[in-house]
Amino acid sequence: MRWWLDELKEGLTIAFGAIRANKMRSGLTTLGIVIGIVSVTLMGTAIEGLNQAFNRSVAVIGADVLYVQKWPWGGGGNWWEIRNRKDLLIQHAKAIEDDATTVASVSPIMGTMRNVTYGGKLVEGVVVIGTDADFITTTNANVDLGRFLTAMEANGGRPVCVLGSEVAESLFPNEFPVGKVIKVGNHPYRVVGVLEKQGSLLGLESFDNRVYVPINRFFSEFMSRRGGIQIWVRAASLENVDETREEVRGILRKARKVEPGAQDDFAINQQEFLIQTFNTIGGVIAAVGLFITGLSLFVGGIGIMNIMFVSVTERTKEIGIRKAIGAPKRAILMQFLLESAVICLLGGLIGLAIAFPLSLIIDQILPTAMPVSIVVVALLISLLVGVISGFLPAYRASRLDPVDALRYE
Amino acid sequence: MASPVIRLVDITKVYQMGAEEVHALRGVSLSINRNEYVAIMGPSGSGKSTLMNIIGCLDTPTSGLYELNNTNVSEMNDNQLARIRNKEIGFVFQTFNLLARSNVLHNVELPLIYGGVSSADRKKRALEAIEQVGLADRAHHKPNELSGGQRQRVAIARALVTKPSILLADEPTGNLDSKTGEEIMALFDILHRQGNTIILVTHEEDIAAHAHRRVRIKDGHIETDELVKDRKVVTHPTLTSV
Repeated sequence: MRWWLDELKEGLTIAFGAIRANKMRSGLTTLGIVIGIVSVTLMGTAIEGLNQAFNRSVAVIGADVLYVQKWPWGGGGNWWEIRNRKDLLIQHAKAIEDDATTVASVSPIMGTMRNVTYGGKLVEGVVVIGTDADFITTTNANVDLGRFLTAMEANGGRPVCVLGSEVAESLFPNEFPVGKVIKVGNHPYRVVGVLEKQGSLLGLESFDNRVYVPINRFFSEFMSRRGGIQIWVRAASLENVDETREEVRGILRKARKVEPGAQDDFAINQQEFLIQTFNTIGGVIAAVGLFITGLSLFVGGIGIMNIMFVSVTERTKEIGIRKAIGAPKRAILMQFLLESAVICLLGGLIGLAIAFPLSLIIDQILPTAMPVSIVVVALLISLLVGVISGFLPAYRASRLDPVDALRYE
Repeated sequence: MASPVIRLVDITKVYQMGAEEVHALRGVSLSINRNEYVAIMGPSGSGKSTLMNIIGCLDTPTSGLYELNNTNVSEMNDNQLARIRNKEIGFVFQTFNLLARSNVLHNVELPLIYGGVSSADRKKRALEAIEQVGLADRAHHKPNELSGGQRQRVAIARALVTKPSILLADEPTGNLDSKTGEEIMALFDILHRQGNTIILVTHEEDIAAHAHRRVRIKDGHIETDELVKDRKVVTHPTLTSV
């Protein structure tokens, strides 16, 4: 291994010597790689930020919660068939609650949008959700102030409500909300509790801009007819969520009298579907983004190749001397590969040094740190670009005929 | 006489220049023994450069046999030839051919780097060779800080450092004034006395007169091959102690 290390050292010495000797040229060539690495790492950071933002918000949905609805998430299916499905009803939720063995809790859900007022304050477009007392266990939400709806309030349809944190903040900036009576739409409700902040899904739908009321009262005050609910089901354990889904599916098919062999006339949605959909979309965004930014790196690589050809031609005589005194092809090849790899690696390091402060700007929009993996990948890529774009010139150099090379002036 | 270091048998070399074939060597046979001092002479276009390139393993013959130390090198590939050049041949060129960006020590070390010699050993041997040519105090100078004669001595140190079988000098005084040229030739005389085999390629009778044997090439043939009668021996005052 001795010769190998010595040749490597010799190659590095020559590489740095050559770069020092042509500072302007090396600098300009490196610039191409710098720009490429900056754009690729920033794109990588932005994609990472997007993923993190999604993962954070999708956690609100809960991996072990099944969302039984008419409409499947992520689309698909026959629109007309889905539209004409029979509504999901309270008794279907009841059936799951009574028969399922792998279920932790079940909540019927119904939602609409109303303005909410207290005193002179108005919050527009609040999502009013009618549900039961189990909602708090089904969604694993936490109560910040007061308590959630009791079973008695929920079943009896009492005029009480629980506020999402955003609504509570807007209506009661300086007051203790519990015990106060607010108006949801035109109907008075007494506040019994406030939930902890939950966040939002991709910054679009806030889970905190909500008011929870007993579902029985919801039907009478916000809906003209019964029906069209969703059923949220928490599985007894996260590992067996698939088993739970099959059980719920069986119970619902029976309760809704779906013929054997016929398709389900309902959809059981899961966080997983959202993740799948997101991964598809996110994957496309990442691929397109990295491809476009990768192009700039490619152009940088061409610049390196070009300059390496010039470097080989300029040093033909030197190559001849080295060959005459016994440098094997391998040593010449390595010398020039090292030179381009060093240029690119320097470019990569400078690029990272520039990209890092810029990534702090991305951090303002999509909270994320530049991942270590991107730093490593960026350095590997710049090394790879160096080796690939240096290979052809280096190969040509290694193949030069010593007699011709020595004669070259 | 001992077995020859170099044995050339019926060497030919044909170049393709466009549509035309150029016969640079038309059957050259030559044997050179250990510790011989041979001058190869000839006008330009005679084939003497081609012959030197083949002897120096920079090029391979079109046909014929070339044995260097009883090893057939006429059919070796590029990497094997590189190894032979590294181990067996020390080149001294007319234009010195030093690496301009490297200092004297590194220039002399270079063949040992490619020869895979460990760095401590390398430095020791390089400094020895530099001392042998009388440049010990210039080891850390760059070539452009040296005179022409000093540069050529660095080149000779580089050629000697691997302890090659032959020293192959191509017009070693061609870029030097006559006084410095004489100094260099004196150095070759000493190296010869120390047991080195030297092959000198030149077109100057004066320089060739330092050798023991004179081979004249013309039109790709050996024209004459004779011992030098009026041998010229010069010893330079500063080098006699070496």
